Amino acid sequence: MKPARKQRLILITLMVIGAGIATAFALKSFNDNLMYFFPPTDVVDGKAPKDALFRLGGMVIKGSVERPGDGMMVRFKLTDFKKEVTVEYTGILPDLFREGQGIVAHGRLSPQGVFIAEEVLAKHDENYMPPEVAGSLKKPEAPSAGKAQ
Amino acid sequence: MFLVPDAVVRFFHRMASPPHFYAFTEKLMPWLTGLFLLLIVPGLYGGLYLAPADYQQGDSYRIIYIHVPAAWMSLFIYVVMAVTGGIGLIWRIKLAEVVMISSASVGASFTFIALVTGSLWGKPMWGTWWVWDARLTSELILLFLYLGVIGLYGAIDDKRTASKAVAILALVGVVNIPIIHYSVEWWNTLHQGPTVTKMDKPSIHVSMLVPLLLMALAFKVYYIIAMILRARVELVQRERNSQWVKSLIAEEVVE
Repeated sequence: MKPARKQRLILITLMVIGAGIATAFALKSFNDNLMYFFPPTDVVDGKAPKDALFRLGGMVIKGSVERPGDGMMVRFKLTDFKKEVTVEYTGILPDLFREGQGIVAHGRLSPQGVFIAEEVLAKHDENYMPPEVAGSLKKPEAPSAGKAQ
Repeated sequence: MFLVPDAVVRFFHRMASPPHFYAFTEKLMPWLTGLFLLLIVPGLYGGLYLAPADYQQGDSYRIIYIHVPAAWMSLFIYVVMAVTGGIGLIWRIKLAEVVMISSASVGASFTFIALVTGSLWGKPMWGTWWVWDARLTSELILLFLYLGVIGLYGAIDDKRTASKAVAILALVGVVNIPIIHYSVEWWNTLHQGPTVTKMDKPSIHVSMLVPLLLMALAFKVYYIIAMILRARVELVQRERNSQWVKSLIAEEVVE
């Protein structure tokens, strides 16, 4: 390789590495802000904001969904397979909302430790299969706990 | 060059010559078009008709056959742009610069398609058109990078200088590519994790996976076709004062 080209190659490599390192540091320091939601463990441990709106993500515990009033209010428990948080929400739930499904709720924590959601989004998982396959998977055992989001 | 067979080196040296590239791609085009049709027709038929509905999403999941290949292409084309940009900077090969800039608008279109189809799917499935999570935000930044590349190239009149500036922008922006890919693993996001591109077995049933891979290949061939068409125009424009373009025009006039 000619010296001039070699010099340019080294210069460009250094530039890309430099940009990479700078970005890595920036992302590292903003790590918490880049998280889209808090898991229930953080909420129970008091790491989530007390008086501000934030997002809570987790899996809806099977059998925990109840409608206490006759209105639109729905109450359910969210888990990350370590801790649980009770969520209350009044409104229309997305199509994919169901028990055992991951969701992200936006709202604030009440003094009693109940999460009052203003918005509920369903978090789809990465599994795609035909209904028959899903049915046969469920027969031998309840779908395993899987990964927390 | 080390480790590269001589024949390959010779092929690239010949391809780097604009008149040869122009003549070769003209012959290549019908083959590429045939290959594209061969992939897109079974891909669409398989994806939209043969593949079963999803157990949770029903038929809505079928947007995957556009969304996922488009998103893959948006990353792939950016890498091509950065690599050809680097080659253009180091070896000053004109053709590399032309391939780089011809890729930009195709990549921008794929990024736009990925964002729009994702948004259309997000409304019924997630319950929202858009969220500022790491995956969606980094993909939006990718669109801006593409637009920046196109804008910067247009803003500088001397196209060789413009290519250098654009190549540097493309190379710096390449840090965004691993961020997009790993965003769903590094941070909590609303966007789901990878289905196909992971070390594990793909979490998608094989009857749904085959059309998806066909569509991905079809999109790749489409990119090559679109890029070559743009590159030929760009090349003739840049070389308009050279002998081979003049004789090309003379031939056209005679015909």
